[in-house]
This record gives sequence, structure tokens and C-alpha cells, in this order.
Amino acid sequence: MSEKKLNLTLKVWRQKNAKEAGNFITYKVTDISTDMSFLEMFDVLNEQLINKGEEPIAFDHDCREGICGMCSMYINGRAHGPAQGTTTCQLHMRKFKDGDTITVEPWRASSFPVIKDLVVDRSAFDHIISAGGFVSVNTGNAQDANNLPVPKNDADNAFAAAACIGCGACVAACKNSSAMLFVSAKVSQLALLPQGQIERETRVLNMVKTMDDEGFGSCTNTGACEAECPKEISVENIARLNREYLMANLK
Amino acid sequence: MNRFLTSSLGKKVVMALTGLFLISFLLVHCGINALIFYNDGGVNFNAGAEFMGTNPIIRTVEIILFIGLVLHIYQALILTLGNNKARPVKYAVNAAAENSKWYSRSMGLLGTLILMFLIIHLKHFWVTSRFTDQITGGHTTLFDEMKVIFSEAWVVALYDLAMISLAYHLLHGFYSAFQTLGLNNKKYTPVIKLVGAAFSIIIPFVFAMMPLAMHMGWVK
Amino acid sequence: MTKLNSKIPAGELETKWTKYKSTVPLVNPANKRSIEIIVVGSGLAGASAAASLAELGYKVKCYCFQDSPRRAHSIAAQGGINAAKNYQNDGDSVYRLFYDTVKGGDYRAREGNVYRLAEVSANIIDQCVAQGVPFAREYGGYLSNRSFGGTQVQRTFYAAGQTGQQLLLGAYSALERQVGIGTVTMYSRHEMLDIVLIDGKARGIIARDLVTGKLERHFGHAVLLCTGGYGNVFYLSTNAMGSNVTAAWKAHRKGAFFGNPCFTQIHPTCIPVSGDHQSKLTLMSESLRNDGRIWVPKKKDDNRKPVDIPEEERDYYLERRYPAFGNLVPRDVASRAAKERCDAGYGVGTSKMAVYLDFTFNTMRYGRIEANKLGIQNPSEAEIKKLGKEVVKEKYGNLFEMYEKITGENPYETPMRIYPAVHYTMGGLWVDYELMTTVPGLYALGEANFSDHGANRLGASALMQGLADGYFVIPYTIGAYLSGDIRTKSIPTDHPAFVDAEKKVQEQLDKLMNIKGMKSVDHFHKKLGKIMWDKCGMGRNEKGLTEAISEIRALREEFWKDVRIPGTQNEMNLELEKAGRVADFIELGELMCMDALNRKESCGGHFREESQTEEGEAKRDDDKFSYVSAWEYKGIGSFEMHKEELVFDVVHPSQRSYK
Repeated sequence: MSEKKLNLTLKVWRQKNAKEAGNFITYKVTDISTDMSFLEMFDVLNEQLINKGEEPIAFDHDCREGICGMCSMYINGRAHGPAQGTTTCQLHMRKFKDGDTITVEPWRASSFPVIKDLVVDRSAFDHIISAGGFVSVNTGNAQDANNLPVPKNDADNAFAAAACIGCGACVAACKNSSAMLFVSAKVSQLALLPQGQIERETRVLNMVKTMDDEGFGSCTNTGACEAECPKEISVENIARLNREYLMANLK
Repeated sequence: MNRFLTSSLGKKVVMALTGLFLISFLLVHCGINALIFYNDGGVNFNAGAEFMGTNPIIRTVEIILFIGLVLHIYQALILTLGNNKARPVKYAVNAAAENSKWYSRSMGLLGTLILMFLIIHLKHFWVTSRFTDQITGGHTTLFDEMKVIFSEAWVVALYDLAMISLAYHLLHGFYSAFQTLGLNNKKYTPVIKLVGAAFSIIIPFVFAMMPLAMHMGWVK
Repeated sequence: MTKLNSKIPAGELETKWTKYKSTVPLVNPANKRSIEIIVVGSGLAGASAAASLAELGYKVKCYCFQDSPRRAHSIAAQGGINAAKNYQNDGDSVYRLFYDTVKGGDYRAREGNVYRLAEVSANIIDQCVAQGVPFAREYGGYLSNRSFGGTQVQRTFYAAGQTGQQLLLGAYSALERQVGIGTVTMYSRHEMLDIVLIDGKARGIIARDLVTGKLERHFGHAVLLCTGGYGNVFYLSTNAMGSNVTAAWKAHRKGAFFGNPCFTQIHPTCIPVSGDHQSKLTLMSESLRNDGRIWVPKKKDDNRKPVDIPEEERDYYLERRYPAFGNLVPRDVASRAAKERCDAGYGVGTSKMAVYLDFTFNTMRYGRIEANKLGIQNPSEAEIKKLGKEVVKEKYGNLFEMYEKITGENPYETPMRIYPAVHYTMGGLWVDYELMTTVPGLYALGEANFSDHGANRLGASALMQGLADGYFVIPYTIGAYLSGDIRTKSIPTDHPAFVDAEKKVQEQLDKLMNIKGMKSVDHFHKKLGKIMWDKCGMGRNEKGLTEAISEIRALREEFWKDVRIPGTQNEMNLELEKAGRVADFIELGELMCMDALNRKESCGGHFREESQTEEGEAKRDDDKFSYVSAWEYKGIGSFEMHKEELVFDVVHPSQRSYK
């Protein structure tokens, strides 16, 4: 596609650290190529700031190919910005128009406290996984991989759930800051596979308990999480989580 | 069990179950009231109302209904408070319309509107039929009562606005209850959504027609 | 040479590992509980090692610079993982996997290590499946395989185009399970900045908490570096932005030899650079070469749209040069061929540094097959195209979408533009059979070590090696060292060695902060990258490498005079993090060029222009260069090379031919 140049106004949340209050600062960037990714546009801005002797904007990012789940910007009121099924790093500037004003905020949730500027602490997700998002199999325990056939359909559904990259967009987009989509993706993956059966009940009970303890809100089924999920994880998984939780409690 | 009820998922299950129970009440309520459309001067309707007002089973269910309503409201309050705490700092720009329906995000507001309506509505009919009449020994039928109350245009407008709120509340609530109870499936969810949408439109519409029909004199 | 003991067990190739396992000293469970192990990095190698060692009873501390161990760059691997399972009944075996790997690596790897890798490959699949890794399956419920990188068997297990992600999340879940139990303490957003040596043994690390900026001292009876490769020395690579050499380089400076630093893998199918703003490159899975045909116009500077260039004016150069393997030649060969065409002026796109990867041919072929299946008589071109597109979409949908997101072009309608990009580094810290570096108690696993891939890695083998090292090798081999260490009590971190190491790290940070120069860290990184890519990239020659060395030295001087790092030390400071990493990359870049200069042969990913056949193919020189070059650090810009001669008892090196 032919390259165009954009001039943009950016309103970016700046916050020195977790303790100090933050505020929006307005920046101008010029000659932004439509071939750039959103983060490359931020690189350009940061280079400008460094050259002016100012502190660059801190933001999380790593793989820049949409799989590590580290990038996390709330762009113009949407988690990862306007494109469907796309992480911030894969959002490209051709989605914007010359003269646009773009507001960039960090994920907002009490469970994801801001560390600096646009960087938030998502360790709550790790805590949820360590509460039960695994199969307890020590290295060396495993039997031959083909001893336990798995219906293709189950394997495919488990994979679709396992595609979650743990970026937290679901929490960020949810009006209640609920982590249900994240938790349900892991619970679903393991509930669908025979390997996950033995710990099926304890897993869901422990993960939900940790989710609640971490201070995430509750799900009101608005579907915002699915709509903003860069991996388009389905809310069907949330229904499965509800089901698993009910059944585990009935036993 | 205690752990279940205090968990976020348990609370939601309570919301869903009480919600479905209230939905079933709406169906009965709507069915009985629709008897006015016989346009027989309220004969059938009054008979139905009489039955509902005197049958001991119905009276018992009525108590359960009240408990259900209170639980639904109480749980909603608790959940809302928790959810507000989960996001102490709000977004400066939030394009929520891009990812969800406004009414799914406004269940609290819609619910509050319905509750306000409900208080007025109970005052209009339930208090009158169950208490006032008994104290005063009056013998106005509910049908007559309706005629009087719906002669006021603002009451009709109020009722019909409340029914719009109810419609949107149901439009999300119906499907949402099934989702919360874990009933979501590629095959059945479209059906649930369709039935839910039909229910959310038809029931409030029939309800809304009642004050209007009375007021306009379509039903005599 | 006396300094290098590869510790390959004696005996027949097939029995080395079995014998080793049954005779290696063990640490009893009670003693394990008082032994602490530090694992730096949480990718496939790090997470699997940390989890497995914790399961054995060791006290493990694991570090990663990302916000969560789940982010490590192993996650980005697309294609798959090899294992000698022979589920397809197509003649695969441990020996074949071993042989393919040694040959693919252009005979620059150790036979003993590679055979062990092939042996444990099957266990990896078992372990991952047991963890709930959702590999692709056939309708019968059994695991599916695909072929990869031109091998003759189907031994690659995969989970769509996200195999690395699924394997990493499996290892991550095992790790988090141990974190939950309390046997692993996880330190996220921590970067290792030095190794602490006591009596010549690795006894701990100095790490910087990247949130507070504070330096911390951590003790361990042994230290495992699982910190990945150093492809980012080229600035532009398919590596993650944070991938770095710092941990390995600090270890190198403390005495760990660096093996084969010049062996870099350039992957042929990446999305080309679109402009100066480019921050990283994105890979398009090698599996695309199964169905795409690579071509350039026959005419120089042909500016027509690719669809307007008629068939007879296209040069399918891989099919022309390598009729036997065609588009499926190994990565190094495909990459060089693309460079050759572009350098000769036949490149496409605005930059002219790209070639076409065209799916039209196979789209139409699939379309005709589908039409037959559906019983459509005389289908129209449009119908065939539509049906074919659906097949292609099912196979590569996610890759095509990613391509479109990045380039804004629809690869169903117009050929992809691709160009080679730095992808993997076969070189790394020199390790012996037990994965120990030349520093006692300091280990290197996964891409961080100089590896089992020789001079070129085959597709779907990186995941295999990372997990083999972590799950199935280190839990055994570390016993050999720790069994002699059971009486060593935890050393308090106020020991002078810790104090001194921390002081040195502090001094380096102060020095960086106090330069207060004029140019950003990225400015230097980009300059380094350009030198490396131009002179130590796909083609290397004596003149270029000599120039590169002096240019890099000048760049180092300039860096330490003129780099600008805003902010302060005691806070989250991303520029300071980058500066430390780039400082190490600069030193490494020089060593890479020295190694490339020393190795006058062409082998695998290392192509010395002086050493090629008349037809322009790589020419190996086994008489002179059949060794691992292991470099010892002697001070800034000064290195001494040690040779580990490679002995081939079983396979006999021959010139690779794909004609």
C-alpha cells in the first residue's frame, strides 16, 4: 500500500511512579509514515523527547509481533486501539488519519496498578495461574504422547482457548475490570483435554478464589472482553468457567 | 456453600436465578393482565385477579417473589460496589460503544428505573388491592382501579417509559442469565438469544399497551 | 586447547547418554533442599529447567526482565518442534534426527551432544502433551506432524502457527506451579548484571530490580543462564526488542568462553524493512515455502506490478539454481540466493531489497483439487481461485493476516514481498557435555549456549533444544557438580565477592548515567546494526570484517563519550536498561567479526566470500576449520581463541549439495 505521512497530536498519560499522581501531556508528532506500527510511532516520539533532554515515555513491549502479550495501551478509549483482533504492536498507523488526536492511557484496574507512565503491573495474572492453571505432572512422569487420543474438536477448542496471550486487554476493556475471560481461557483449555481431568475441580475453585482475592471485578456479560481480545477468545469460555465452577461446587 | 455464595461467580448465579424467576413472574403477570384485551368490561380479568389475590399457593409464591426481588437488588448492589472498586481510576476516553451494547453496560441504571416504577406501580395496585380495600372494605375491582389510574396521561407515559427500560433490561438479562449459569453453546445460544429478544420485546410491549389501551378507551 | 574439556563420555554414540545417566553422581533429597540454584531467563530452557529442578527438590530462584515469565521470546516461534517419534511410520529414528541435525549444521556440532538431543526429543513431546499443550491432531485423535526445512520425514509437531507459544505456556505453567508450591521464587522485571565468583566458582548474581532501579545480590550454589540468543546485535532482527546478550556477556567477561560467535542464522522469509523507523522484523513461517514459489523479474528495475509481469519474464531463481530442492533448500542457501538477486539489481518493492513469495500457483492447484472433490465440471478461473483461497486460508490464515496488518497488502491478491533477516544465533557460551561453561558452577542452556546446531540450525530444532536442555539434560548433569557441593552452606551476600561485584555494577551504571552525551542509545544501536549487517551479515569477507572491527571500536569510544540517558538510576529507566545492553552488544559485535575473520571457510550460516565454489556455493574447509572456536575474554577488545577439535566417529562430513 502506498505510504503516506501523518501529523498527529498525542495525549499521553505520564506518571512518574506508582505513588505519584499522573496527568496527560500533549505531544505533537510529524511526518509519521502510515507504514509504521503504533509503537514505532512512539519510538519516534521518544527519540524526540530524548533529543530534547526529556524523559521518554515508558511503555511495555517486547516481541512486537503480537504474541508475547506485553504491549498494553488503551488507545482512544479502546484496549489495543481501533483494530479488531490486534495487539498494540501490530496496530499500524494507516488506521489513523492526518490531524487525528490520539489519547493513550494505561490499563486501568485496581489489580493492574500503574508502575510508570503506560506500564502496569500484571503479576495478578501469574498468581492466578500459579493457583491452578497447570497439570501437576513432574518432568519424566509422562506416558507416550499418543497413548491418550484427544478428539480433534476438543483439541482445536482447547487450542483456541490456549491462544490467550495474557495481555490483560479483557480486564482493561471490561467495565468491571473482570478477569473472567483470562481465567476461563485457561480453565477451558485444561477442562477440554483428558490431561486436565484429574484436577478439574480443584483447579477451577482455586483459580476463581485467587481471581477474587486479586480484586478483579465480576463479569456482567457485556462481551467487551471478547470484542477487544487481540486473540478473539470467545465468551463461550466464560460460560464454561461458570459451568465448571457450579459443578465443582455441587460435588 | 458459603464460599460459593461469597465468590464473584456465586453472586452472579444468584443474580441469574433470581432474574430468571422474576422473568417467569413477568410471564404470568402479563398473561393475567392481558385478559383485559377480551374487552369484556374486565370480567375475565377480574376473575383472574381474584384468583391470584386469594389462592394460598399464589400468595405463598408472592412472598418468595418478594424475597427474590430483594435478593436480586441486594446482590446487584454488592456486585456493583465491588466492580466500582475494581477500577478506582476511570478512563479519560472510553469508547465502550465499540465493544458492547449500551444496555448491557447500563443494567444498574435500567434496574433502578424499573425499581422506581415498581414502587409506584405497587402503590397503585398491589397496596390498594391487598390492603386498602381490605381496610376500607371497598369493593372496587382492579379493572375499575386501572381505569381510574390510567386516565391520567402522565401515568401512562411513566408506565410506558418504564416498559422500555424493562425491555432493555431483559434484552441483556435474559441471555446473560443463561451465560452465567454456564449455558452457552454454539447450537443453543442463538436460540436463547432469539427467544430472549422476542420475550424482551413482546412482554414489555403487551404491558405497555395496557395503560395506553385503557387511556385511549380501546379497552372498555 | 588444554583449557577445553568437552567431557563427552567414552563409548559408543548410542550408549553415551544412557551410561552417563546411570553413573552420574546424585544428590540425595535431603541435601537438595538446602541447595539453591539461580536460573536466569524464563524461556523454554529457563522455565523448564527451573520447574524441573524445583520438582527434584532444589531451591530455585528464577529471573526475567519481562513483567512475567510467560513473555520470553520462545513464545514467538511459529513452526514447530522436531521429535524422533516416527508416529508417521515414515522411517524416522533417533539416528536420522541426529544425522539430519549434524548435516544441517554443516558438520560443526558435537556428535555426542546432538545424539543426546535426538534421544530425548521424544520425551519432550510426551511431557508437553501431559502438561496439556494442545498440539494439532488428526481426526482419529492422534498427534499430527508436518515436514519442515526440507527433511525427508514428517517429524515436526505443531500447534497451528503458535507452537512456541504453546510450549512456553506449558513450561510456564510448570514453573508457576512450583512458584505456587513455594519451591521457586520468581523475580520478574529483574535483569542480571553480573555473575559473582567465589573461589573461581559461580556463586550468585547481581540483579537490578527494573522497577525500583535498586541492585540486589542473590546467592546460588550454581547459576544457569537461559538467556537466549544475541541476534539483536544487528539491531533489526526477528528477536524481541528486549532480547539481549548482557547476561551471557557478563559471564564471558568473568571467564566463560564464547563459542562460535560468528554463527548467525539469517532466515529467508521475513517481511522486508519498510523504512528508517523500522524497529524489528517479522518472520513469516518457513512452512510458507512449502506452498509459495519465490521469484524476481528477469528484467532489472522492473517497476510493473507483480501480477502484470508475465510468466516468461519471471525468474524462479531457487528452482533454476537448485532443481532438486527448489524452494525448499535450507535457510542459509535460500537467504544467500535472495541477497544475490537483490544485489544484482533484480530486487522488488520500493526498497528493491525484497523478492516475491507467490502463492498463485498453489492456490490454483488447490482450487482445482477442491473443484474435483466437489464435482464441479469445468470450473471457471474465478471459481478455482475462490476454492483455492479457502484452502490456503485454512493453512496459513493467521500468517496472511499478520502480513496484511504489517504491510497493508493482501497476500491473497498479490505476492508477498520477503527478504532474509537475522533470526537465531548458533553461537553462544561454550559449554561441555554437562552444559557447564568454562566457569565451574555456571551453566548455559538453550540458545544461550553455543549449541548443538553447528553452523546452521534446522527448522523446528530450537524449541527441541531449549526444552531438552531444561527438562531432560540439566536435571541429570547438574548433579555431577552439586554432589560435590553438598557441604557448602549458603554464602551470605555480604561476602566481599558480592560487595565487590555490586560495586563494579554500580560503577558501570554511574558511568553510563554520567556521560550525559548528545545521542540516544538507539542511535548507537542502529549504527552497530548497520555495520554488522553490511559486513558481518549474509556475506563476509576479510576486507569488510577488518573494517567492521575498527568501525565498531570507534563506535564503542563514541558510545562511552556521547550516549544520552535521561532520567535517574533509582527508578524504572528503560533507556538505562537499553544502554547497558547496547554497550555489551558493541563488545560482542567486535568478537563476532574477529571470529568471522578467523574462520576463513564458508560453513552453514557463515559465508566467507573468499571460500566459495565456481557456482557461488559455500565451500567448507574441514582440514583447517573442523573445530569450535571458543574465545576467552582478555580485556576490552582483546580475546584469545581456543580450539575444540570436532571428532566425527559416526557421520562423515561431506559437502552439502541441494542441486
